[in-house]
Amino acid sequence: MILAVAEHRRGELRDVSLELITAGRQLADDVDTALHVAVIGGDVDRFAERLDRDGVDVIHTVDHGEEFNHGVYEQVTVQLVEELDPEYVLTPNSVNGLDFAPAVATKLDLPLVTDAVGLTADDGTLTVNRDMYGSKVETAVGVDADQAVVTIRGGDWAPAEGTADAEVRAFDAEVDESALGSTVTGFEAAAEGDVDISEAEFIVSIGRGIEEEENLPLIEALVEATGATLASSRPIVDNEWLPKNRQVGQSGKVVTPDVYVAIGISGAVQHVAGMKGSDTIVAINTDPNAPIFDIADYGIAGDLFEVVPELIEEFGGEVPDV
Amino acid sequence: MKVLVTVKEVREVDDEFEIEGTEIPEQYLEYDLNEWDDYAVEEGVQLQEDGVADEVVAATIGPERTEETIRMALAKGADRAVRVWDDALEDVELLDVGAKARILAEVVEEEEPDLVLTGVQAGDDAFGATGVALARKVGYEWAAVVNHLDLDADEGVAHVHRELEGGIDELTDVELPAVLTIQTGINEPRYASLRGIRQAQRKEIAEQSLGDLGLSAADVEGELELTDMYEPETESEATYFEGDAGEQAAQLADLLRDAGVVDA
Ligand SMILES: Cc1cc2nc3c(=O)[nH]c(=O)nc-3n(C[C@H](O)[C@H](O)[C@H](O)COP(=O)(O)OP(=O)(O)OC[C@H]3O[C@@H](n4cnc5c(N)ncnc54)[C@H](O)[C@@H]3O)c2cc1C
Ligand SMILES: Nc1ncnc2c1ncn2[C@@H]1O[C@H](COP(=O)(O)O)[C@@H](O)[C@H]1O
Repeated sequence: MILAVAEHRRGELRDVSLELITAGRQLADDVDTALHVAVIGGDVDRFAERLDRDGVDVIHTVDHGEEFNHGVYEQVTVQLVEELDPEYVLTPNSVNGLDFAPAVATKLDLPLVTDAVGLTADDGTLTVNRDMYGSKVETAVGVDADQAVVTIRGGDWAPAEGTADAEVRAFDAEVDESALGSTVTGFEAAAEGDVDISEAEFIVSIGRGIEEEENLPLIEALVEATGATLASSRPIVDNEWLPKNRQVGQSGKVVTPDVYVAIGISGAVQHVAGMKGSDTIVAINTDPNAPIFDIADYGIAGDLFEVVPELIEEFGGEVPDV
Repeated sequence: MKVLVTVKEVREVDDEFEIEGTEIPEQYLEYDLNEWDDYAVEEGVQLQEDGVADEVVAATIGPERTEETIRMALAKGADRAVRVWDDALEDVELLDVGAKARILAEVVEEEEPDLVLTGVQAGDDAFGATGVALARKVGYEWAAVVNHLDLDADEGVAHVHRELEGGIDELTDVELPAVLTIQTGINEPRYASLRGIRQAQRKEIAEQSLGDLGLSAADVEGELELTDMYEPETESEATYFEGDAGEQAAQLADLLRDAGVVDA
């Protein structure tokens, strides 16, 4: 069987849990086996109802705690694996998935493959497709083992739909509280600040291609001349050149403007997660192989320091000296 | 207390490159200190400057060439380094998380640090998993994707923020000894000073083979095999604006006007 461990946070099942079902069902079909889903902690009965989608055979509910705790997830998943003996264990390749899946794999001495974008099983060999080198290449990784732990990339499989008639089983896990060495004490949201980029219709977004903080006025002049909303990739915010509320991506904001112009941004998966829903995507990048062009509708394979000044002039703006 | 920082020399691919089999040939590759590890080194060095840590040791698994990268960590303030390499590793095409954790676990057991800092992920293989696997292997506590660290050495607790999706931080107390995987932005990594670079030349890089660590080739073989490498499929067929910068800008300006997002 395939065992998929669902994810929830602060009372809500996360979308990736339903994507996990689709990925898990595909894999289960490949190996001709059943798909079991486990949900650990929180309002497990309500979660189980939502997880009861096409393709799910059994749902294991583990009523222990409210929020994610990696120690609990590790212990429970290990017990589930020992009890059910699944071929493959799937978890989301999320921040929390990566906080417990490697521990499960290590504890059980199983191979681990992270951030899968494709899964096929054939004659006992699992093949996982995953990116390397900042998504410049994709690879196929063969896993030569009867059991493995795989984390799957969010947003790559469609969420499972419909309703199944899955059997719901309460799994009686034994959690050794004394072995838990970390305690979640709360949550904190990033400050909202002056603008909400997720509401913007037209975004000009800048990345590490800008090189220096001293060059930012060039982009600000473009924003000024076009009336766009300014956003950025993560390194710009890490460097404190722009505040956190301007960051697009997995750990920033998800934006869906009519037009998103990515300037000097490579298109790392965590950035793309925040902007791939834009209507029209334009990329300006010197690297013709930058992954951002794979999702762009329009591209300029060129130097931002040459293109942006021309663009400012097109709109009658003042080109600053940078 | 003692801090161990794991550092990886990562391969970066040039703008133009080719794929040969399951490899990118050497001439298209450049090498650098992993971005995430740069932040981990800085965090360790700051703990030392704040008087919390007495020693910061850098550890890497890598061939002789990686000494250059290790020296960068030393130039930024790490006290000494351990480099693990072996002929047996030469033949391993994809060093998987399990193998890396097994090797680093031996280093941790020898060094007995109170705190291990790794990067969230290596920019090239991007497993994002070695730190947590290592923690479990050596029986340390851990926290993945840490973007804020407040260490209470007396209490033996690290108060951390874990950066979850969507700009939400999880506040967690982690008992020491622990492994923390460090996220970019947690600090501002310094540039190595000239003095630091000079001092780094005299700092020790101890070389260890698998045998020195009590491991054998079988421990690092792993069950993963790279079977294919190819250019990712494009999801959309991008239309490229041709011509010089002026012509490209003019076409983009037309597009923006047509889309109705700019009036000017
Ligand atoms: C857990 C986690 C969460 C993350 N969350 C986010 C997130 O929310 N948002 C985010 O953005 N990233 C996030 N990241 C980081 C992400 O992995 C990348 O490191 C980051 O997106 C890279 O930003 P970049 O494209 O600006 O920089 P780079 O990848 O360095 O790309 C710079 C680009 O600029 C181009 N360039 C250089 N010079 C020029 C020039 N003169 N003209 C035109 N182009 C030029 C280069 O060819 C290159 O493609 C996260 C990572 C992790 C591990
Ligand atoms: N070969 C290596 N040598 C030393 N540290 C490593 C090595 N590979 C990975 N690491 C550490 O583990 C982190 C995560 O790597 P990965 O799990 O491969 O993405 C990196 O940021 C490094 O700190």
